[in-house]
Order: sequence, then C-alpha cells, then structure tokens
Amino acid sequence: MLAIPLLGVLVVAAVVLDGVLGARAVGAPVGRALSRPLDESARLLRQRRRAPLSADTLLWRIGGGGLVVAALLMVAVVPLGEWVISDLDVGVVWFNTMDVAVWALVWLAGWGANSVHSLVGGYRFLALALAYELPLMFALVAPALGAASLNVGEVAAAQQGLWFVVWMPVAFAVYCLGVVAFSVWGPFTPPAGSDIAGGVLSELSGVDRLLVQTGRYALLAAGAAFAVPMFLGGGAGPLLPGWAWVLVKAAALLAVFVLLRRRIPAVRPDLLMEVGWVVLLPAVLLQDLVVAVVVAWRG
Amino acid sequence: MLVDVSFWVLGIVAVASAALVFVVDSMARATYALALSFIAVGFVLVLMQQNYVGVVTVLMMLMEMAIMAVYMVMYMGMNPALMPMSMVHDKRSALGVAVATFLVLGSGALFVDWPVRRGVPAPDVTAALGEALMGPQMLVMVVVSPVMVATIVGGVVLAAHRTRYDRFGDDLDQRPPRDPQRGGVGR
Repeated sequence: MLAIPLLGVLVVAAVVLDGVLGARAVGAPVGRALSRPLDESARLLRQRRRAPLSADTLLWRIGGGGLVVAALLMVAVVPLGEWVISDLDVGVVWFNTMDVAVWALVWLAGWGANSVHSLVGGYRFLALALAYELPLMFALVAPALGAASLNVGEVAAAQQGLWFVVWMPVAFAVYCLGVVAFSVWGPFTPPAGSDIAGGVLSELSGVDRLLVQTGRYALLAAGAAFAVPMFLGGGAGPLLPGWAWVLVKAAALLAVFVLLRRRIPAVRPDLLMEVGWVVLLPAVLLQDLVVAVVVAWRG
Repeated sequence: MLVDVSFWVLGIVAVASAALVFVVDSMARATYALALSFIAVGFVLVLMQQNYVGVVTVLMMLMEMAIMAVYMVMYMGMNPALMPMSMVHDKRSALGVAVATFLVLGSGALFVDWPVRRGVPAPDVTAALGEALMGPQMLVMVVVSPVMVATIVGGVVLAAHRTRYDRFGDDLDQRPPRDPQRGGVGR
C-alpha cells in the first residue's frame, strides 16, 4: 500500500521539476512552479467535465483512468529494499505486459472522444508503439538473461559487484527510450502534439484530463523505478538502507527523463519506425547475444 | 476457496465478454470485449500456476487486439466502422455453425475419459517449458518460424502494388529509392 504514496511523491517531484524548467525556459519566476501540482490539480478538479457528442464514454474513461492503474501495477513488482508488493516469479514479463496495456489505453483514450484530432493521436501512438516495443522487449531480455531469472528481485540480486548498466549499456539506453515513449513524453509527444490540437488530450477536461496527465507522469516514474532493479543494482549502495537507494536512484533517473524533455525535438512516428526496426532492434539483439555469450562462458 | 471464487469469476467474465463481442454495436467495443475475454483466460492460466504462459497470453492478446482494432476499422469499406453497426452477419448459418461446434466440443469434454495425471509438475514450470521448446520441440520451432516469416513477407509482397523497379528504377540503380515517404535512416 506504501507504493501508492511513494509513486505519488515521485510524480509530484517530476511535475515540480518540469514546472521549474518550464518557468526558467520562458524567464518566469520559479516560485510558482513549486505549487504547480496543487494549482493544476485544483484547477482541473474545479473544471467542468465535458464530453463531445456521442463520445464512447465507457471506453474513453477506461483509457484515461487506466494509465495510473497500469503504472501502479508496474511498481507492484519493484522490490523496495526487502519489501515487494508482489514477488511474482515472472515480474519482468509482468512489467512488459503492463507497458503493452498502455497501447490499448492510449488508443482507447483517442478513440472514445469521437473526435478527429483525438483519434489521430491514438493512431500516432500505435505507430510509435510498433517502432519502440520490440526493441524494448529485447532490452528487457538482457538483464533477465544475465540473471537467469524473470523474478525482479533475483535480477537485482544478480548485480552484486557489477551493475547491469555497465555491461549492458545498449539495452539500458533502449529501455530508457521505451519508457519515455510509452509515457508519451519528450520526443515521443506527437500523439498529444500541438499540431493536432493536443491529440489524445484534445477533448479531455476536468478530472479526466487530470487522470491522463497524472498517468503519463506515473508511467514515467514507474519506468524509472523499474530500471533500478533491472539495470542500476537495486538497493545496492553505501551508508543508506536498500529502500532509500531504490528511491534515490529512481528519482535521479526520473529527473534525467524530465530534464531531457526540452532538449530533444519531437520524433515523427513514420520516421521512428525505420529507426526502430533497422537500427535499434539489431543493436539490442547484438546486446542480447553478447550477454548470452558471457553467461554461457561463465557457465 | 479464494482460487475457486477467482476461477468462477474469471470464467464468467471470459464467457460473458466473449458473448458481448456479438452484442455491442461498435468495432472498438467488440475488439476490446474480446481482449477482456482473453485477459480473463490468461489469468485463469495464472490460477493454474502457469504464471509465464498466463502473463504472456495477456501480453500477446492486448497487443494483438490493439492492432486488430486498427485493422478492423481500416478494412471496413466506406468507414461505417466509425459509426454504430451490427457485429453479426449471415445470422442463420453462423448460429448453426456455432451451436454445432459447441455441441461437438462440449460433448467431447464431457464424454471422453479424462486421463489420470502421470508424474508431477516440474518445480519451475517456466524453465521446464523453455527447455522443452529449446530441446525436444526445437525442430518444430525451427520449421514453424521460417514458414511464418515467409507467409508474412509473401503476403506483403502480394499486397504491395509497388515493386523494386518502381523504387530503384528500371536498372535498379536509383539511389535513394523513389518512395512516397522516406524512412528514418536516410535510405
């Protein structure tokens, strides 16, 4: 149960950091950014909840509300020190399943509104997803192969001495790219792009919009948290207890994701397709081969 | 007790949402009703302590249904798929086939003598599955995968109206190729 407030803290921190960066970029006072999560939530909760004519409200609400749920189910398998909500023996596959659920959720959020821009946004997300998902899957294979286990705790425990990020840098980079992509974040914002009036976000208002925006931040935070046991040595670290190191590492990676948002231009889905299949997929398969050879050689 | 309740709840969800596929009047709702049915089946597999197979079933079905929704909407002529429409066609023969299939499968399940369990499950069923696939069943996998790839490539080649001569010119020396849309790696 502690996972919900902890994920919430990470989300609020990310929103504040993004607000500070945004304020600095336009030269506005930074102070207001500190209360941004509260201000924005209050504004959206007071806003009237609109729905376009003959919207498929059921599917729309499932798509919008599901993102937060998917993020919470992702962190359910992340060990925090010695505690873990669900010590599932196939935790790595579980995380992968949740990130595939985001395909359905974002498309439903785009479809349900019965609006052109919204639907275009939903299709754009699926186009991006086809490009990033297979590299992401094979990036998740590398640590599981290195640890000879699909259990997240055992993957973390297998990194005593040498973190997987050190000898699986390609897998880590592709994993980070996948996390940023399934959170519709940074270079992967075209599904919610301003050129299509906000895409999947265009018709969302009030609490529905709040849920979707929170869901995007929550997915980003959950992806950062899952990278800790997979690549960053889990709770390993000096002085502090294991749970604190997990939080510190997750927060640091989340901060990097937020910082990179304004540094990288948006990627067109049709261009990413070829990059994903011609560059990223062979690169990450070679990474898997290297890991497999090392594991076989060590015996 | 908890397992029994979960089994029945998941079973009812699987059957009811499968039936909903033919009741709802929207392509998207039909697709995701089917997805819900498959998800329930995936969790039934988890109840049977086949965690890997169960979770992978959920993963594959969600991915498949997300893509299938796009194709279903795309291939409906004149795009009535964006409007409410009936999900059943040729009702009489479809009903006949469905009832006959149900009777055959149902009677098979009820009248055939179920085998008695021999041996015990492996301590790690996921590892056992992997070893079976990569060991005794390897020949099947090696045969099936090229056939599947050949089918996909063949289907795309047959469906695409542009050939390599359209892309690279009559002497195949046109670089970069003439494509309506450029790829992302500068080819």
